[in-house]
Amino acid sequence: MTTATTTRPALPSPLRLGLARGGSELREFFRQKENLIFTVSLPAVLMLLLGTVYVKEAAAAQMFAASMIGAGIISTSFVGLGMSVVGDREDGTLKRLRGTPMPFTSYFIGKIVLVFVSSLVEAALLAVVGIVRFDLQLPTSLDKWLTFAWVFSLGVIACSLIGVALSALAKSTKTAAGVFNLPYVVLQFLSGVFIMQSALPESLRTVGSFFPLKWVCQGFRSVFALDDGYAVMEAAGSWELGRTALVLGAWTVIGLVLVARTFRWSNTSR
Amino acid sequence: MNAIRVRGLTKAYKGHRAVAGVDLDVARGEVFAVLGPNGAGKTTSVEILEGHRDRDGGEVSVLGVDPAEGGREWRSKLGIVLQSATDAATLTVREAVRHYAGYYADPRDPEEVIDLVGLTEKAKARVGTLSGGQRRRLDVALGIIGRPELVFLDEPTTGFDPEARRQFWGLVKRLAAEGTTILLTTHYLDEAEALADRVAVLAGGRIVAEGTPRTLGGRANADATVRYLAAGGYTEIRTSEPAKTIAELARHGEPAELTVTRPSLEDVYLELIK
Ligand SMILES: Nc1ncnc2c1ncn2[C@@H]1O[C@H](COP(=O)(O)OP(=O)(O)O)[C@@H](O)[C@H]1O
Ligand SMILES: [Mg+2]
Repeated sequence: MTTATTTRPALPSPLRLGLARGGSELREFFRQKENLIFTVSLPAVLMLLLGTVYVKEAAAAQMFAASMIGAGIISTSFVGLGMSVVGDREDGTLKRLRGTPMPFTSYFIGKIVLVFVSSLVEAALLAVVGIVRFDLQLPTSLDKWLTFAWVFSLGVIACSLIGVALSALAKSTKTAAGVFNLPYVVLQFLSGVFIMQSALPESLRTVGSFFPLKWVCQGFRSVFALDDGYAVMEAAGSWELGRTALVLGAWTVIGLVLVARTFRWSNTSR
Repeated sequence: MNAIRVRGLTKAYKGHRAVAGVDLDVARGEVFAVLGPNGAGKTTSVEILEGHRDRDGGEVSVLGVDPAEGGREWRSKLGIVLQSATDAATLTVREAVRHYAGYYADPRDPEEVIDLVGLTEKAKARVGTLSGGQRRRLDVALGIIGRPELVFLDEPTTGFDPEARRQFWGLVKRLAAEGTTILLTTHYLDEAEALADRVAVLAGGRIVAEGTPRTLGGRANADATVRYLAAGGYTEIRTSEPAKTIAELARHGEPAELTVTRPSLEDVYLELIK
């Protein structure tokens, strides 16, 4: 028997493990039909239904698509991811992982990969529906696509962290639906997803402005707007991209702190 | 250095003492069984050793490391076989085993492990479609894929049919023969007797006896009972020298229905956990 532990080869790096986990997460995700129907295609379906009612002109289609993509990625990152962590705790995934040399960082990277890919697929589906049914125009300048990329990334990371942090509040997937959906639905209302934020009373608008959803949607509207003149329709009268980065960055930090303090590998660890 | 060393381990849940001062030493390469009824504190103790639960008090060293502070290197040397997981349902057996192999520096060959646990025919099946027994064998596969030095098996055969249990025992013996240290909990006496080099009986959160399956609770030195049929009734003689007693008896002719028994592990066990 060899007990010379020093000669053991090195363990795989957390990043490599994280990507491997991401692959496995994606495989499991896309093999479940409920995910394809209810998560990935939901924004596209909503776009189709609500768009038919609300969208009367080209500019409105642009704004509506932007908000729906924003709401969609927050749904996958915050609600979907939070629920999946609760599910992982319930079905023993987390307990099993805890017993292996896989660090939490890799688990989280795997989740982020899952959210990134599924959100992108979701946004692409929505864009297709928008283009076919509502003559949606995709941005043409590199500048706009760069804005899309960072708003998307920062939004996904911040909301994923908050989703993982809140997963500690739910003991089972049964109770988790409430924990995640309630704040999400309220925020959708406060953040100008379905109604323009400028139509809300000042106090509610202020509350919505504390949370990521408003900023992600506003960032996407800046990307999809036919021209920058549409910024006057925002509550502040401008796209406020700097502030968007600031708020999302702050939520990323808050999320990191919360995850570090509240994350539980199992319901019985204490 | 012992694989496991525990001194004065305690753990309470809301004032209820689940583990009340346990001492344990498991040598490297040993198969050690913790035998005890439901609620004895087996899972609590094992999960503390695995680093899955916090403890209230006592010293614990597993492969030279305090489980509360064990890092990645330490975890890579452990094999933990879960009791009731239902994860990875949509992966195939092969995908799951391969995926977990990727976590380790020097894993076993996934195909070999699938074969070792007898799931070769199910390698392409989705994990969610496995029967209970097959699922548990997959749990073992995932537990040993990293070539662990120490394997924890918490009531591994609960709910198995007799044939599945025998197969599982064969698997544990193979691992033990390779030099793997094994800590096993069970409430089946025959399992402890078949597999363990040493046994500790846990009852009410305390170890009430410890020894080899043969000597547990003074079993090896206990008086034997010589029993035979004479004059329409059974006569029982308790003696420390049964051969002598029988020789004595034989002088008066062949005694009918003669048996010599010592307390079985079950007798000793039931006495201990009273
Ligand atoms: N997470 C927990 N919370 C509260 N009580 C628990 C918990 N886990 C175990 N117990 C209690 O501790 C005692 C020992 O349980 P356990 O370690 O599971 O025993 P065993 O595995 O030997 O059946 C039991 O009385 C059980 O009800
Ligand atoms: Mg138990």
